[in-house]
Amino acid sequence: MQFGVFSVSDITRDPVSGQTPTEAERIDAVVRIAQKAEEVGLDVFAIGEHHNPPFFSSSPTTLLSYIAATTERLILTTATTLITTNDPVRIAEEYAMLQHLSKGRVDLMLGRGNTAPVYPWFGQDIREGLPLALENYNLLHRLWREDVVDWEGKYRTPLQGFTSTPRPLDDVPPFVWHGSIRTPEIAEQAAYYGNGFFANHIFWPKEHYMRLIRFYRQRYAHYGHGTEKQAIVGLGGQAYIARRSQDAIREFRPYFNEAPVYGHGPSMEDFMRSTPLSVGSPQEVIDKTLTFREHFGDYQRQLFLIDHAGLPPATVLDQLELLGGEVVPTLRKEMAARREPDVGEPPTHASLVKAKYGEQPPRQPRPNANRGDNTAGPTPYAD
Amino acid sequence: MKQSFSVVVVAAGISDPSSTRMLADRIAQRTVALADRRGNDVAVQVFDLRELATEITTALVSPLVGPKLQQAVDALGAADGIVASTPVYKAAASGLFTSFFQVLDNDLLIAKPIVLAATAGTARHALVVDEQLRSLFAYLRTTTVPTSLFAAPQDWSDPSLNKRIDRAAFELVLLMESGFARQIRDESWHSYQHEYGSAGGTELSIDLDTDLMRLATGGSAK
Repeated sequence: MQFGVFSVSDITRDPVSGQTPTEAERIDAVVRIAQKAEEVGLDVFAIGEHHNPPFFSSSPTTLLSYIAATTERLILTTATTLITTNDPVRIAEEYAMLQHLSKGRVDLMLGRGNTAPVYPWFGQDIREGLPLALENYNLLHRLWREDVVDWEGKYRTPLQGFTSTPRPLDDVPPFVWHGSIRTPEIAEQAAYYGNGFFANHIFWPKEHYMRLIRFYRQRYAHYGHGTEKQAIVGLGGQAYIARRSQDAIREFRPYFNEAPVYGHGPSMEDFMRSTPLSVGSPQEVIDKTLTFREHFGDYQRQLFLIDHAGLPPATVLDQLELLGGEVVPTLRKEMAARREPDVGEPPTHASLVKAKYGEQPPRQPRPNANRGDNTAGPTPYAD
Repeated sequence: MKQSFSVVVVAAGISDPSSTRMLADRIAQRTVALADRRGNDVAVQVFDLRELATEITTALVSPLVGPKLQQAVDALGAADGIVASTPVYKAAASGLFTSFFQVLDNDLLIAKPIVLAATAGTARHALVVDEQLRSLFAYLRTTTVPTSLFAAPQDWSDPSLNKRIDRAAFELVLLMESGFARQIRDESWHSYQHEYGSAGGTELSIDLDTDLMRLATGGSAK
């Protein structure tokens, strides 16, 4: 099982100091957070994608490739990549490139995005968001699996003899997660392709997510990718940890009270009771996180939101020390001990290469010598 | 054959006792009595929105539905009939009242018979129910009874208020007896707009035979 952190890239006023970081400060801080995640032994770092203030992450692959260059093991991913307003051709190209540069330490999570004005900025219409997401993924799936694609759809100009370059590393596409909280069609698409399904698991009570994850598991098995237990499930969650429970509650409360989305609403105690939020000692966070497994079954990836709501970078780095140093090691042990047999492992580049090639060497696509018409031959590749 | 109905009263009065709640109670009592005379049972459950006020505002500004609000949602979802009663403030239904109905799922109350009632400090607000509340409940697709109820101070000593209450209560009883809402639910539910998990968390059917589902599984958009 993988553990990590995800950031939505919000630039939020610190309600305690009253200061709002600059974009430059926040971008530097996020890079440091990702590097720290690796230092403390976490497996995954995920960044969101937004195209409006107060967020900075409009270009996730640029950020992630810089982080990849300054880390060794960390898996880099997104939360989420907008499958609606991005051209799937550009997603195919950019993430394949990132996959090469990171030596396979990349996957991605697709989401629709719910900020209505963003759609027209990119020539799209939010009312078509769902079919757009579904069609775009169908194309993305092919672009990473077929050297030459002929394609025609409703939302994008047709492609004739198109080759997305570079081909995925070892000709094995990055693993894809589909993020959704209330859309059965997205769960169905994830199940159909045997991809992962991720529930952000932040704002709603668990029941809300359990239903759709159950449906995804059933459909994953229906399409013959494995048993329901083997379906690839990821969960979000948010935590604030301090050695002593009362310190965690005292320190986090001002940030909770003014947090984007739920701030100025429920009390922190109510929110902790009815959502996945845990604020407390390492043991309390461990106990609450272990309940996720009881509700959703064994799952493959747990991401925590720890850097939002204006929390200062030094605090976030302390959180990572506690998360990586105390919480996650125990969670790894406890989750492994409770795990049912035959549960799927989280896919990595290495496991996907092995699944595709066994002991054979992976394909290394090598283009034909440049004839000036590489788009015209039967195949652009020599192998 | 004897039928049993559940009626949910939603009252947005603030004082205790409030005239808004008293009006709602009288409608409910007459509904019970008139149904009984026709050989049917009515069980009444009352929600004073005052007690749900903080959960309603929380639900307005965040995705969280508190336990008391969820209880009201569950009761309304299972109700055969509804009595909704609000005070008039600043020439409109109270914000607490409209906020409550705004946080409900669009499809929670489809076709359910409902009596609308309002109280005010002056008779000059008499049209608030007909001109403002009816459109809110039209949006929610309720079956609003023909008689609207309104009580200003002078109405409480006027026997004609009781007559109007009887009229509205009788309309509610007949609409419940007709089984209209249940039949819509059984035979035409799919023709209304729903989202996964809507209708208070009860709308969980997934239709795999749709254009979107075909698109999700590699098909083409129409």
